[in-house]
Formats: sequence, structure tokens, C-alpha cells
Amino acid sequence: MASCACPTEHGRTAIDGYDPAARVKALEQVLVEKGYVDRAALDVIVETYAREVGPMNGAKVVARAWIDADFRTRLLEDGTAAAAELGFGGRGGEHLVIVENTPKLHNLIVCTLCSCYPWPLLGLPPVWYKSPPYRSRAVIEPRAVLRDFGVNLPETTAIRVWDSTAETRYLVLPLRPEGSEDLSEDRLASLVTREAMIGTGLALAPAVAAI
Amino acid sequence: MNGAQDLGGAMGFGPVRPEKDEPVFHASWEERALALTLAAGALGEWSIDEGRYARESLHPALYLNASYYEIWLRALERLLREKALLDEKELDGGQVTSPPAPTRLPRLTPEGARRLMAMGTPYRRQPSAPARFAVGSRVRAKVINPRGHTRLPRYARGKEGVVERVHGAHVFPDASARGESQPVWLYTVAFSARELWGEGADPALTVSIEAFEPYLERCEPKS
Repeated sequence: MASCACPTEHGRTAIDGYDPAARVKALEQVLVEKGYVDRAALDVIVETYAREVGPMNGAKVVARAWIDADFRTRLLEDGTAAAAELGFGGRGGEHLVIVENTPKLHNLIVCTLCSCYPWPLLGLPPVWYKSPPYRSRAVIEPRAVLRDFGVNLPETTAIRVWDSTAETRYLVLPLRPEGSEDLSEDRLASLVTREAMIGTGLALAPAVAAI
Repeated sequence: MNGAQDLGGAMGFGPVRPEKDEPVFHASWEERALALTLAAGALGEWSIDEGRYARESLHPALYLNASYYEIWLRALERLLREKALLDEKELDGGQVTSPPAPTRLPRLTPEGARRLMAMGTPYRRQPSAPARFAVGSRVRAKVINPRGHTRLPRYARGKEGVVERVHGAHVFPDASARGESQPVWLYTVAFSARELWGEGADPALTVSIEAFEPYLERCEPKS
């Protein structure tokens, strides 16, 4: 894709001539013909992740935690059970752990070994999350990674990186931005970006979100 | 295995480049690669850990050059061949040349797919022994270099840390990737950046991994 900012991911040719678009088309044909897969089931899977599951789910969880102290306590205690209260859970989020930012501590989520990510709350991971630059650097120079996202934390802010090396899946509960005291739950959710819930960003200031 | 997937602490890959307004998929073949991987996986012929092992077994030059869904697709082809669901001619030619093989689970229906997405497949199991470690235990990640699948990243091997959370007994990926079932205790173990990266490390950085009990040994307090 010419418009894409990730040159190692798209628009390049495999060194052995492998053509994924042609291979996947032929593979689907053979798997359907042999009765191993049902095309309608494939469509359900694609629809689920293209439309129904995404960062808007996680944003609702965060907004609820900001306005409901009891929910926040339950969320930090047992992320899976608390997310289920809002109807979120399932594949790629069987064991959810939510970690809380404070003025002195910033959390960052990575999977150095593959692409583990809390699917029911954030949907499928973006390309950068799955790519070598993020996976290699997040654990050794997270402050520099944050600067790639335009986030400059004071040197005195402690950073905690969670490498998701098991089926436990992490989500960051970001700090509630100043000036958001009077906002509704829906408006609060609109301040919560995917990056804020991975830890590569902060929740938006209300004025920024309104633009 | 010490494959190209084990990237923590590697250098030279350049900056992280977030894509503005990134779409969920960048091409329609990516949608099909994802859906085929999940639907074929639902036949029960391999575990998620065998799937990961198939991806990390790709030649490092291929792994690092491929887009993520290309890695998934190459691994899916390998698993289908290894489990004898498809043969080489079918993979290369796109034509059916052999009868279907029996599978452990039936073909995924649309309703089954909805259920699979909504319910997931929990990995917590009944423990077969008490936990060896507790919150606060000082532990060392073992130095191991298994040829098979492991979830202990190289950067943590031999390093001392502290158990911070106990997650119960979970499916052990190293065994599951061999088709064996062996639930073991799972912990979050936190390491100081100084312990992991040595001199010059960020003094305000702590990194944790999710460590299965067989990866860990008790660490005697330093005298």
C-alpha cells in the first residue's frame, strides 16, 4: 500500500516469491471443497473483528472505571469478571488483567514473542504493535518508544512494561484527564484512545477531543 | 526455540511508525488469512501453541521480511500439511486431489464461530500440585535453550526477579506445543531494568514477564 507508513509490512515482495493473496485464495477454495471450513463461518469471523469488536469496547470499560469507584476496584481485582459485567469477553481475552496508571507510574503493554493483545477490549492489534521495532524496543527503551508516539514522560515517572508471554492479556487504565469532571460516561469514553489503553498514549484532554 | 520471534531487546529495527487511521485489515486477503486460521484451528487438530511454534519455525529471514498475516498464512499451510489435512499438490495447485481426513472437531458453523468469538477457550486448569512460589518470592529464570516452543524470552533467562502475581495453574505452552497436556502454575515476575540490561539501564524501569513455574528456580537471598 503506497499510503502506508510501514515499509517493512506492505508493498514489498517475499524473498521466495510467495504471493499471499493468491495463496490464500487457493487455500480457501481447497479447504471449502474438502469440507474443512464453511465460508459463512469465515464471514462471521471477519465481520466480528472488522465491525463489532474494537477499542470502543475498552474505552467503555475505562470510562466506567473513572466514574464508578466500586467498578474500578472490581476491575483491578478481576479484569475478566468486571469486563463481563459490561458484556465484553471471549477469544483473546479469557484472562484479562487491568493495570492502573498513577501520576508516578506509567504502564506499557507489549508481546515481544508474538502479538498477544486483549482482543475483546481492543479488537485486532495494529501493525506497529506486531512489528519488530515495537516488540524489540518496548522492553529495553520504552521512553524512546513513547517519544515515537509524541509522549514525553518526566524521567521521574516510573515505567512498568508488561510482556504478555502467556494467555493473560493486559489493558492499561489510563489517568483521567484534567477538566473531565463534568463529562458524561459516553463523552469520557471518547477521550480513551487505543494507544492510551496500550500505554503508548495518554487519554485525550477534553478540549482536544471536542475538535 | 531461539527463533526470529524472540525480539525483546533486539536492535536496529528503527522507529515505531504508527499509521494514522489504520484500517483493521490492509487487504482483503488478510481478512481471509485471519478467518481461515481461526476456522481451521477450530478443527481441533492443533493447539494455539503448536500454531505459534509453526510461525516461529519459519526461517528467520522469511519471518522478519513477512507481514504478520503472511506469517500466519505460511504457518497455517505448514500445519495443514503436517496434520495431513492437505497435501503438497493441494497447497500448491488449489485443486482437491485426496479425500478429506477425519478431524477431532467438526467444521465450524457460523453459529459456532459466533460462540467461539464470544466465549473463547479459557486456559486456566485445576492445579496438580501446590504453587512453589508466592507473591514476594525471589526467583531466577532458568537458562534454557529448548529446540521446541517456549514462552520464556531470551532477555529474561538467568535473571533474578520477584513474583508479583499468581495467576493459578494454566496450560503449559512448552508441553501443549508437543500435543501434551500439563497444567502448571503461572506467575507475573518483575525484573529491574538494571538486572535485565545492565549498566546504563533506565533506573525507573521495571519489566515483567508471565512465567510458568518450570521456567523458575528459587533464588537464595544474596549475602
